[in-house]
Amino acid sequence: MRLYLAVARASVRRHVTYRAAAFAGAFANIVFGLIRAYVLIALFQTKPEIGGYDVAAAVTFCFLTQGLIGPIAVFSGGLPEVAQRFRSGDIALDLYRPADFQGWLLATDLGRAVPDFCYRSIPPLLAGALVFELRLPDSPALWLAVPVTAVLAVVVSFALRYLVMLAATLLHDERGVSSVATILALFFSGIMIPLTLFPAWLRPIAELSPWAATIQVPADIFLGRYHGFALVAVLAGQVIWALALLGLGRVLTARVRRRVVVQGG
Amino acid sequence: METVIELVDVAKTFTRRHRRPGSLRRTRTNVPAVNGLSFTVAAGEVVGYLGPNGAGKSTTVKMLTGILVPSSGRIRVAGLEPSRQRSTLARRVGAVFGQRTTLWWDLPLRDSFQLIRHLYRLDPARYACNLDQLVELLGLGELLDVPVRQLSLGQRMRGDLAAALLHDPAILYLDEPTIGLDVVSKSAIRQFLLDRNRTQGTTILLTTHDLGDVERLCDRVMVIDHGRLAFDGSLEALRALVPVPRLLVVDLAAAGPPMAGVEVIRVDGPRQWVTIPAGSSAAALTARLMAGYDVRDLSVEEPSIEDVVHRLYAGHAGAARTS
Amino acid sequence: MVDAVRAYCLLARTWTRAAAQYPASLAMLTLSQLVITGMDAVVILIVFQHTSSYAGFSLPEVMFLYGTSGVSFAIANSTIGTVDQLGQHIRAGTFDAILLRPVPALVQVAADQFSPRRLGKLVQAVVVLWVALATLDVDWTASRIALVPVMIVSGVFIFGAIWVLGATYQFFAVEAAEAMNAATYGGNFVTQYPLSILSRDAIRALTWVIPLAFVNWLPALYILDQPDPLGLPTPVQFASPLVALVLCLIAALVWRAGVRRYRSTGS
Repeated sequence: MRLYLAVARASVRRHVTYRAAAFAGAFANIVFGLIRAYVLIALFQTKPEIGGYDVAAAVTFCFLTQGLIGPIAVFSGGLPEVAQRFRSGDIALDLYRPADFQGWLLATDLGRAVPDFCYRSIPPLLAGALVFELRLPDSPALWLAVPVTAVLAVVVSFALRYLVMLAATLLHDERGVSSVATILALFFSGIMIPLTLFPAWLRPIAELSPWAATIQVPADIFLGRYHGFALVAVLAGQVIWALALLGLGRVLTARVRRRVVVQGG
Repeated sequence: METVIELVDVAKTFTRRHRRPGSLRRTRTNVPAVNGLSFTVAAGEVVGYLGPNGAGKSTTVKMLTGILVPSSGRIRVAGLEPSRQRSTLARRVGAVFGQRTTLWWDLPLRDSFQLIRHLYRLDPARYACNLDQLVELLGLGELLDVPVRQLSLGQRMRGDLAAALLHDPAILYLDEPTIGLDVVSKSAIRQFLLDRNRTQGTTILLTTHDLGDVERLCDRVMVIDHGRLAFDGSLEALRALVPVPRLLVVDLAAAGPPMAGVEVIRVDGPRQWVTIPAGSSAAALTARLMAGYDVRDLSVEEPSIEDVVHRLYAGHAGAARTS
Repeated sequence: MVDAVRAYCLLARTWTRAAAQYPASLAMLTLSQLVITGMDAVVILIVFQHTSSYAGFSLPEVMFLYGTSGVSFAIANSTIGTVDQLGQHIRAGTFDAILLRPVPALVQVAADQFSPRRLGKLVQAVVVLWVALATLDVDWTASRIALVPVMIVSGVFIFGAIWVLGATYQFFAVEAAEAMNAATYGGNFVTQYPLSILSRDAIRALTWVIPLAFVNWLPALYILDQPDPLGLPTPVQFASPLVALVLCLIAALVWRAGVRRYRSTGS
């Protein structure tokens, strides 16, 4: 366990140095957040409440989700640096380390996400608060739930990206698999428009998808949509997706490990 | 012979901004990379351009090609001014950078050459002829469809050379062209360059740390140090001017005091470094030592360019101080 | 100028031929580009599930804005979009190799990695525009019909100029490359919608500072016979070509200055 903490800490240290690039990214996030907010405000002028959201919630949603793009990284395909190591054959070294391959990568990814939460999640919220009225968590229980759901979201996102990377390796088609993954993530995560605004026949499928657990769920918890038992249930949902996807990842890892041994990378 | 490259009192100063640790403000320092540099090169010469790292060699080549604009002074290459007439000059000049490639990383070699053909607007007949010739001379036949990123260092270097010569430049700049190559590849490239110079009269300016390159190719050698020209002449003249002796590295059977009758400059356990006096042969000295001592192994150490240059510069500084 | 265009076309053709070696991969990449960029249109459809009039505009009218902006953006992106890779070139040292050749640096950087896959975005924008034009309820006078291609072409040059201006910034601050996405991709995103959804100040900024309003919004006000929230005089709605020209001149000068700076300070 101490090993994985060390790995995570090293990853944090590495990513803290990319400050300038992170802030440039945050700037782009703020601009997109502003535009999406105005788009939704115009929609809510026709109806004051849609899908359980009011204007303040919708606007806050825009800045929340833009701020999550960096740390959750659900659009970066499938762990590009690791995929590169598969292509070059260096992955053999990683697979034979006396540490859990998936656990190692998870620790690294969590370490990457922590500085991103500071550099890319907070600026959009601040900018949004300056221009609009935002809906912030109103109870201590919610404020406690926010970091929990954020970390779970990163884990689910990691599990998805890990699977994408393995699938790409097994199918020898990185671009194809990651394109499909990006399309699904864009559509089902809620990043383009809150899933609550989806038409009635599509909404339940979208909200139960793993991508929703990465963006829509943490955003909704922040917005105070869930309280008491419902809040616990939704967090449990994230945990279930995390475990299921990580588990599937372990099964595929064994398959890939065998392939690497046989083919040599 | 007509002068093809001319530098008169050229200087280049870089402004470096850095943050001192512990302070938030950024201080600016002016770093003179090249200072009062003057030389000429005639058509058809093969000139070695030597100097320690950071002496200003790459800066000079960049100014000659027009990539960098000098802070002051005058440069003329093929009658053109590189900083103002960069595009026109580009057609007469080719360059190979040892550390980086000028080819396109993801494309096969053949496509890289095609791009160059369009960039230099070579007519199809001339392009085809040059390509065939270069491919044959440099042995690139089987590599034409291989993406550049999959080539070995030696193969990529040959590809870079072909790319630099496709448009028949009159002047060729080579920046560390044999770095990291094995002996066979180095020899092949040196031979190719020699032939090119002899048959086409291409003027070559060669920046290198490898004494072997210089000895094989260059009639003339220039040494640059701290942005100034410290020496301009033949390699023999340089060696004569700054005699840095070769060393015989002797491994004795056991550690002991320095051997008698020879100049031992260093002792490290059973290993001793012995100066080979200028003019005498290593063989004679070896025979003498083997007769008198129990020698297990030996090797000869050549003085590096750095040693020669440092001696040279120290000599210059000494001379400057006394004059 | 003609030489530059010729050089660009030759380079682009070589890159296309290289990409065409893998037709299946190319087709799939183009298709996925089409789907990913088409998501924005899906979002607009979802918005119109909840209302039939959005900021005073009907669905065909918003699709018209989306289509015209998308076509201009896609053409600009395909032809000059790679200019935003300038930072990579500088960092890898390949910009020196670019300066070594007798073709303008801008042409080389813009043609680099030219790939037909970016046309995926163009296809879906054309489809949406087609449908919009078919379903729009507009009194098509001669001037309105003529304004559509004029507006699209001007839009290409405005987006192109913004791209070059954003890329030039990388001569000065290489890491801030992502910030320019706000102007290029953000510019496309915001012009998909009626600009009247923004605050008055924001619309003014997009008219006088970063002239994205001239890409499709102002001419569209004339075509769709909609009121201007800023109340600008009517001739402004025909000013897109002029704005495009001026912006391109500015971009060319700024780029030249950027290259000059690179050549005097090294990398």
